[in-house]
Amino acid sequence: MAIYGLWVINKAGGLVYQRNFAEGLAQLSSNEYLVLAGTLHGIHAITSRLSPTGASSGAHVIEGETFKITILLTATGTKFVLLTSPAETSSEFILQRVYDAYADAVMKNPFHTLEMPIRSEGFDMRITTLIGTGQTS
Amino acid sequence: MAYPQPHPRLSILSTSSQSSTDHFPPSSTRFSLPTPQSRSNASRPNIYDRNLNKTRIAEVSSAAFAFLFSELVQYTQKRVSGINDLERRLNTLGYRVGVRVLELMVWRAESSSKVPKREIRLLPTLMSIHTQVWKTVFGKPADAIEKSVENADEYMIIDNDPPLERHISVPRDMSQLSCSSFTAGIVEAVLDGLGFPARVTAHNTPTAQHPSRTTILIKLEKSVLDREELLK
Repeated sequence: MAIYGLWVINKAGGLVYQRNFAEGLAQLSSNEYLVLAGTLHGIHAITSRLSPTGASSGAHVIEGETFKITILLTATGTKFVLLTSPAETSSEFILQRVYDAYADAVMKNPFHTLEMPIRSEGFDMRITTLIGTGQTS
Repeated sequence: MAYPQPHPRLSILSTSSQSSTDHFPPSSTRFSLPTPQSRSNASRPNIYDRNLNKTRIAEVSSAAFAFLFSELVQYTQKRVSGINDLERRLNTLGYRVGVRVLELMVWRAESSSKVPKREIRLLPTLMSIHTQVWKTVFGKPADAIEKSVENADEYMIIDNDPPLERHISVPRDMSQLSCSSFTAGIVEAVLDGLGFPARVTAHNTPTAQHPSRTTILIKLEKSVLDREELLK
């Protein structure tokens, strides 16, 4: 079980936060990350319209042989994306806690501009403690 | 109508510490009057008519306050040039809160007492700010109170984890800024109201254990120390 990375995608599909935690991901440039995030945003928009029985909140989990992508969509359209190994079971829990940290350390911070990249020491610190504990449990 | 001019000590609006000799025009920004309510809701009593003791133990949502304070800082930041200016504005806003805090606190503490008193000595005043004011405003006492070793007119109130700054990360290029200037304004107003004019500023003094530790520096006017000497 390993947590590889965390993305935060704003409601327009822009990547506002990206951080890697464990080895195992391909090395990408920041531009490539932006493209991937934008693509995931598009895929998510498509999946949210696929349901034959009315409205859907879109993809929650995308799973492959070697990885798992868990997506948390908030009411305001911000997406939290966690890249993990397929066996990871605490993804949903961790994403909820990331959302908590985001609400506290980003939204309540007067120096954060909405929809812009997150540069907040407080958020970084909260994520460090969170993912650190997430791996041991 | 001509009102007598208020005391010209407007330390936070002047850049020099010798503010008592400067004569700045009295500022109206330090005080505000409630705007008359255009239409009072019939079902709910006017907020000004409410019993002041009713909310004595009421608590405010810290999240709601955090958002309000965040907006307050953003609003102020858009209207200033530079960190000093921002801190001074926050101080002014805090001052307007402090004036009310003092009035409410004294009223609640002394109105029921048979022998109401007020603080006239410096140390008990500082202690009551450290404990009573902090408890009223933040729900906990401050962590320490210190006297400067270098300057006899300087005192420091220290908060290891100011609730005001709990969710605030100041960007690196503004590391000088302390949003606790708002708290400094509250302290300045309380001291002013009790007759201890002072200049109060906030400074970041982080330690390894308490990264958001903040020192509220109180620089008293000379007249206060002179009077204190006479009262001995």
